[in-house]
Amino acid sequence: MKVNVYVTLKPGVLDPQGKAIHHALEGLGFGGVADVRAGRFIELDVADGTSDADLDAMCARLLANTVIENYRIERP
Amino acid sequence: MKTAVIVFPGSNCDRDMAVALETVTGQAPAMVWHRESALPDGIDFIALPGGFSYGDYLRSGAMAARSPILRAVSDAAGRGVPVLGVCNGFQVLTEAQLLPGALMRNAGLNFVCRTVALTVENSQSLFTASYGAGEQINIPVAHHDGNYFADAATLDRIEGEGRVAFRYTDSVNGSARNIAGVLNDAGNVLGMMPHPERAIDRAHGGTDGLRLFEAALGVLA
Repeated sequence: MKVNVYVTLKPGVLDPQGKAIHHALEGLGFGGVADVRAGRFIELDVADGTSDADLDAMCARLLANTVIENYRIERP
Repeated sequence: MKTAVIVFPGSNCDRDMAVALETVTGQAPAMVWHRESALPDGIDFIALPGGFSYGDYLRSGAMAARSPILRAVSDAAGRGVPVLGVCNGFQVLTEAQLLPGALMRNAGLNFVCRTVALTVENSQSLFTASYGAGEQINIPVAHHDGNYFADAATLDRIEGEGRVAFRYTDSVNGSARNIAGVLNDAGNVLGMMPHPERAIDRAHGGTDGLRLFEAALGVLA
């Protein structure tokens, strides 16, 4: 079973990489981009029936640093 | 005085740290590989060195913080054994939740490698007792992910408890409140981005770092 995990910086946490990407987009002539925030996408291939609690623990204990990041789990 | 340096794949300041510890104690530290699940008996001081443990995969320090030896380090810290984390070692300590906050990509996105001025904010800790309160010292930094972040409530709390050990005199990497080094609540765990082990010999351009090891290792008169 493929499970998608999206790890993003919490609102209010400065994202210098997103800012740099934003500037680069403007440099390419793309106007009208108000903001860019960069995150991480992790694809897990787990046993069918893996519990939500286990997936949540994987995120909370390793995949995201909850001091600065939020995570969202997307299962099929 | 028995000391240990924890070595991860990708550590690259472990030997400099070992030289610093041996310079002060006269005894070579135990070099403890990350796969070990226990520290040698009777360790009095643990150092987590700088470098790029596990290639900085996922987040700086994230993998190392979940390695077997970190459980032993965490237990030792809980018993009051002094633990010093420098640079990547600081990142490991925050990822292991032995210290509050997190270290993010430098605000300027550049790797910063130069000697910086620090203000000693807490000169009472076991690591900083050789410095004067408010003293300015010079210690090299070399990092890409040194931008200290914690929420405002946490920052207020650690400041109020005197747990900010060092502060950059000028912005170096975007760190919240220019924080360069943080103590745990018991005062026996210190994480800092600057490298005191790179300032222990006149040939390094200064010896301000040596005083930290002298204080922490109890060699001061």
